[in-house]
Amino acid sequence: MSSLWERVEPLLARVNKPARYIGCEDGAITPRHGAGKVAWLLAYPDTYEIGLPNQGLQILYDILNERDDAVAERTYAPWSDLEALLRQRGVPLFSVDTHRAAGDFDLLAFNLSAELVYTNVLNMIDLAGVPVRSARRSAEDPLVVIGGHCAFNPEPLADFVDLVVLGEGEEVIGEITDVVRDWKASGRTAGSREGVLRALAQVPGVYVPALYDVEYDGPALRAVTPRYPDVPAVVSKRTIADLSAWPYPRRPLAPLTEVVHDRLAVEVFRGCTRGCRFCQAGMITRPVRERPAEQVRTMIANGLRATGYDEVSLTSLSTADFSGIEEVTASLAGCGTTVSLPSLRVDAFTVGLAGQVSGGRRSGLTFAPEAGSWRLRQVINKLITEEDLYGAVESAYSQGWHRMKLYFLTGLPTEADADTSGIVDLAANCVRIGRRHTNRASVTVSLGGFVPKPHTPFQWFGQNTTAELRRKVQLVRDAGQRAKGVQVKWHDPSATLAEGIASRGDRRIGAVLERVWRDGGVFQEWSEFFRLSRWEEAMAAEGLSVEWFVNRHRDEDEVLPWDHLSAGLHKDFLWLDWQEALAEHGLEDCRWTPCYDCGVCTGFGIEHVVASPVPPAGGSQGTGQDLARGGEVPVALISRRPAQAAEVPA
Amino acid sequence: MRVRVRYEKLGKIRFTSHRDTARHWERAVRKAGVAVSYSAGFTPRPRMSFGLALPTGAESVAEFLDIDLESLPENATDADALCPLFDSTLPPGYSATRVAEIPSGTASLQDAVVACTWHLDLVGVGTDDLAACTERVMSASSVMLERERKGQRSVDDVRPAILSLEAAPPTGGDGTRAGLVATLATTSRGLRPLELVAALLPALDPVDTTGRVLRTHQMIDVDGAIRELLPLDAVGARARTERG
Repeated sequence: MSSLWERVEPLLARVNKPARYIGCEDGAITPRHGAGKVAWLLAYPDTYEIGLPNQGLQILYDILNERDDAVAERTYAPWSDLEALLRQRGVPLFSVDTHRAAGDFDLLAFNLSAELVYTNVLNMIDLAGVPVRSARRSAEDPLVVIGGHCAFNPEPLADFVDLVVLGEGEEVIGEITDVVRDWKASGRTAGSREGVLRALAQVPGVYVPALYDVEYDGPALRAVTPRYPDVPAVVSKRTIADLSAWPYPRRPLAPLTEVVHDRLAVEVFRGCTRGCRFCQAGMITRPVRERPAEQVRTMIANGLRATGYDEVSLTSLSTADFSGIEEVTASLAGCGTTVSLPSLRVDAFTVGLAGQVSGGRRSGLTFAPEAGSWRLRQVINKLITEEDLYGAVESAYSQGWHRMKLYFLTGLPTEADADTSGIVDLAANCVRIGRRHTNRASVTVSLGGFVPKPHTPFQWFGQNTTAELRRKVQLVRDAGQRAKGVQVKWHDPSATLAEGIASRGDRRIGAVLERVWRDGGVFQEWSEFFRLSRWEEAMAAEGLSVEWFVNRHRDEDEVLPWDHLSAGLHKDFLWLDWQEALAEHGLEDCRWTPCYDCGVCTGFGIEHVVASPVPPAGGSQGTGQDLARGGEVPVALISRRPAQAAEVPA
Repeated sequence: MRVRVRYEKLGKIRFTSHRDTARHWERAVRKAGVAVSYSAGFTPRPRMSFGLALPTGAESVAEFLDIDLESLPENATDADALCPLFDSTLPPGYSATRVAEIPSGTASLQDAVVACTWHLDLVGVGTDDLAACTERVMSASSVMLERERKGQRSVDDVRPAILSLEAAPPTGGDGTRAGLVATLATTSRGLRPLELVAALLPALDPVDTTGRVLRTHQMIDVDGAIRELLPLDAVGARARTERG
């Protein structure tokens, strides 16, 4: 393997932001390749600015490079200007660390956090000089791997990837490395690719799509079955039991050029049991595993020293729920470090916390009530009362903030026009509260179209049509124009449709992705590159119905394309929760209340790891607890009660 | 106290922008634990001011910034002692070559610098052809060039900004390059290295033609005399040798 730098360097004078392609970040390693080492190329299928901060990729990069038998480098999707030059001059995709050709690595592993990047995956495989369809690859080609949240329905990409890794990668990447190392040692002879894939299918958490047959019954899916007796019928996700055993990244990457989330990130817990029914992340990352506050403090101190950052983001799916939050933020007070808390819970306690850590900065606060009425918030199990929201907003304006952003979804199950227009009523009331404090008070409503996701209670729900989403967006826009101080921003419903096609698609969608990509449809998350007609034409050309794949409600007994993949959630738990949703019943957070037997803890023999046995002070969202009782709530941390979802309070 | 730092930016790091460089310095100073002064307000920033922007893609052995310090590190005998401290925390490709205390009231880098010297490697240009073009431009009374500034296209006479041009050996390449040392004014509208190439060789693509671009000196006007800013004198040279 040799460096392509001599060929890449002259191209960089001709492209936008060339710093994206040079590596050299603080925290980057100097890789030492060797015959006995398994070489991973960790790829993020979007721009460097979006991909570099990705914590999953940084964690695996660090863990792999600590091994004696592995080496990991990174690559990101080259922007269109560089891609054109690479293709024109015949230069393949390269790593940013040492500018090695992507095709020279043993594994090309993509982190997938959104569906609209799928066509970039195809493009990067092709730029690497590797056949795009896995069936056409030979022993010399890298194994193409995908992981990350979207891997929980990998079927649309099944024909293009060799391996799918379900769940958390900390342990399983080592086990994959072992198998690939032995394969390399055996000479990677012609025809040995099938053998190594069979061996990898034995690794728990690894799914090899080529080893399964798919049968259809007209438009419906009949079954996905293993072709060999040693291949598992159901592949289950991997989960680490103890987050404190994995204090990664030990060497956080500090980029040389501006990126999104340009600050140190320290993960305070993983998993979320708030149980928001639209949220795939909350369903597939269970159970909750907190990092000890002391370790968080050490990781912050080491990370700041190593990077020179003066800002740290405490990451998780709901950071105010972290038991050690006050201990950690208090330890950072007055040391000149700014703390940012992403995914704020909606209550006054959280705002107070945000006020303490922002050191006087008042740049803007973001809350996510997600739905415009209490009825609909019970349907989606985002149990924020109007009092919670107004209390949070009052607290924020009184502490000097004057700009709020409220996130909402539209196209949710059972959503009626009253729920939709309730969005603007909420926002207008927030402005009214704000005007008591400042004339500058303003609220921005950010509206996204809802895409039902696999492994959630809403996986059976028929997504709203593009026309219906447009109508609802227009309702909100019209109402927003009449409301003083309210601005409305919205996502393009066309992109929501494309996301819907990829989100719950089966293997037949693979041909659609390939058509969209060959037609130039890369960077589909970027509006300047997105054109819905490409997707509609590709669906039509493949004889596939958008209505069938996207807008149709599914039945209880329908075979779903991801039924042979398990995030640990019982399908009957999800169905029951879907029925509870339709009955407008909320469900309490099982971290502090009895177990509903969703299947994850019992199935994997793991438990919630939560330092505090009581819900966080002042937090009501999703706990369903009476605030006044506070710490008195009796809590069984680990309960083995069988399914009792019927008991949920109305 | 205010110190003026002279530093190099060489190799891959040249593909980072002027804005990026400011961020690199902010982080490096924090990592080094140097007692830098901070601005007041809700978003205190370290008090640093940077000189003329170096175009993205160009290298330099003559970059400058001014830093306000609360104090020097305890065991430092003079400002130059900061050089190895900065070098240990800056990204690869940077090196601080001199640090000198400057009196308060010293003109800012942006205001003081009047000219820069550049060493350019031109690809696919014969030495004789280059000499002829240089001769033509230097003997012309005006050289009109269409260029873009802040999104506006305009035609300017760039001849007054060309203070000197000299043939020189190329700094790199495989023998198909010709070297050129140019001193270009930075005041008024100034002239950028790539614009100079466009003016010298109008028939060629300036991006394809320009190989390495290296800034070697920045000049200030001291009572009518042009002098190099913070030259690498014996002290600086010694410090560099010791580190190297």
